[in-house]
Amino acid sequence: MIDLFTHEEWQAIRLSLVVAAYAVAMGLPVAIIVSMLLRWPKMPGRTVLNIVAHLPLVLPPVVVGWLLLVTFGIRGPVGSFLNEWFGIRLVFTATGAALACAVMSFPLMVRAIKLSLDAVDSGLEDAASTLGAKSLDRFFTITLPLMAPGVVSGAITAYASSLGEFGAVITFASNVPGQTQTLPLAIFSALQTPGGEEAAARLSAVSVTLAVAGLLLGEWVGKRLRA
Amino acid sequence: MTLDVRLLPRFPAFTADVEFSAPTPGVVALFGPSGCGKTTVMSAISGLLQADEVSVNLDGRMLSDLAPADRRVGVVFQDGRLFPHMTVSSNLRYGMRRAPEDAGGTVRIGFDETVELLGIGHLLDRKPRRLSGGERQRVAIGRALLAQPHLLLMDEPLSALDASRKHEILPFLKRLHDDLDIPMVLISHSITEVAQLADTLVLLDRGKVTAVGPVGEILARADLPFATTINAGAVLSAKIKAHHTRRWLTELDVNGVSIFVPISQEPEGTRVRIRIPAGEVVLATVAPPENVSANNILPGIVRNLNEAADKTMAMAEVMVGDTLILSQLTPDSVQDLAIVPGKPVYAMFKSIGVQVF
Repeated sequence: MIDLFTHEEWQAIRLSLVVAAYAVAMGLPVAIIVSMLLRWPKMPGRTVLNIVAHLPLVLPPVVVGWLLLVTFGIRGPVGSFLNEWFGIRLVFTATGAALACAVMSFPLMVRAIKLSLDAVDSGLEDAASTLGAKSLDRFFTITLPLMAPGVVSGAITAYASSLGEFGAVITFASNVPGQTQTLPLAIFSALQTPGGEEAAARLSAVSVTLAVAGLLLGEWVGKRLRA
Repeated sequence: MTLDVRLLPRFPAFTADVEFSAPTPGVVALFGPSGCGKTTVMSAISGLLQADEVSVNLDGRMLSDLAPADRRVGVVFQDGRLFPHMTVSSNLRYGMRRAPEDAGGTVRIGFDETVELLGIGHLLDRKPRRLSGGERQRVAIGRALLAQPHLLLMDEPLSALDASRKHEILPFLKRLHDDLDIPMVLISHSITEVAQLADTLVLLDRGKVTAVGPVGEILARADLPFATTINAGAVLSAKIKAHHTRRWLTELDVNGVSIFVPISQEPEGTRVRIRIPAGEVVLATVAPPENVSANNILPGIVRNLNEAADKTMAMAEVMVGDTLILSQLTPDSVQDLAIVPGKPVYAMFKSIGVQVF
């Protein structure tokens, strides 16, 4: 089994799995907050927020990567602040790759969570407040458990799509083997190398397997939670 | 002590202008056709309706200044609204856990007694979707009670239930009224429910209060819409005076007037409520003979007479001592007997026609 892949290929597979996990961990809380805000019809700037949240879905990934580079690069407004105060550098790092994946998969999470949230009967939250539950309490005991199917299926879909994120990652985090070279980047590099078709095919097979597994898991969990 | 409610919310399609005051503890019934603003009033009391012009004062505490979570107003919603992801037991404990230890110095309502009172002990581990309508409503009542409310609101708690389920829940509501000192506001469109449970009746129509007062008085007033419908009838508070087992009758005392009803199982001294439908009451201007089948023959004086606009029916208010009894007559009988205010009459009705709650 180990002999099936080279050391570098293994690194790419492992890195993909880790980066996608970080991406979901970063994106999910924000996606939940944004979905909650979007639920409130009178929120000022609701349309703008809705568009921004869905933008990565329609923008070319390379544009997202470039915007991240501008914002979080060493000289970017956020990047320079993080670097000077906390010594955190995002460009050309695995964390940066995770950030790129988080941004790209963000709309998928928001859509799944919103769908679930729309199905939550606000009457139940009203009932909870008459029983003495204040807003945060109400969120954690009523709203969150009831929208859990959307949160879980959003997380699974985002994880699966993060495994395959290419454009934003290569633009923002670059293609450093062992550092930022995730599965799709490794496949791309293999195809650029003469005689690398075999490696590309092997890695693509892994990619397909992971994608199918992710979708199946999402279906299964969704069914279980709704039951 | 009193519950004072005043609200003037204005919506594009609906304007309410409601003001009433009711003694506490006791049961206030909001009664009226659908769309009359009953639910708006209830949302204003619970705080779920956000409006500027709402003032709710319970026993000197300004509820309308508090957030819904701080009001300690228990709500039994029409549709139950049990939390689907929790068991019955967790639903019941939800409000209980969040109630302050010293819930306003009132008697703390215990978990076990509530479960027993409502007969839901065998349901504790179930999820709400595996409950019947009646069971769900009982759990909802229990959940609201266990939050140690200072006021209990019930929005048509029985409307989602069929007739047999209603008979399952009504006794519980009566016991709540009798055993606990919690003031209650009940929304209802059933006159029977109101007659059985309410002390104060607030009549609503298109966002306005048309009448408010003790339930017996309001239901007996011939000038209100009840008089023209089959709902008309006198609702009276009574006490069981004696059981006449040989005659299969129970004698009730209503403000010094004796009224006979079919024999009751309740012990002597029990307080009950009775309703004498106006259609059951026959009037006579001379002393009736001994040999009629009516057990109740009460001498009284006509206080008022109201005729329906279309001349199909007239409603006579008859005072028997301090007790008001209604009689529904045809205009023909009114003319034959020359029924006018001040005329002495005998009100007759069969014991079997009296509804005892």
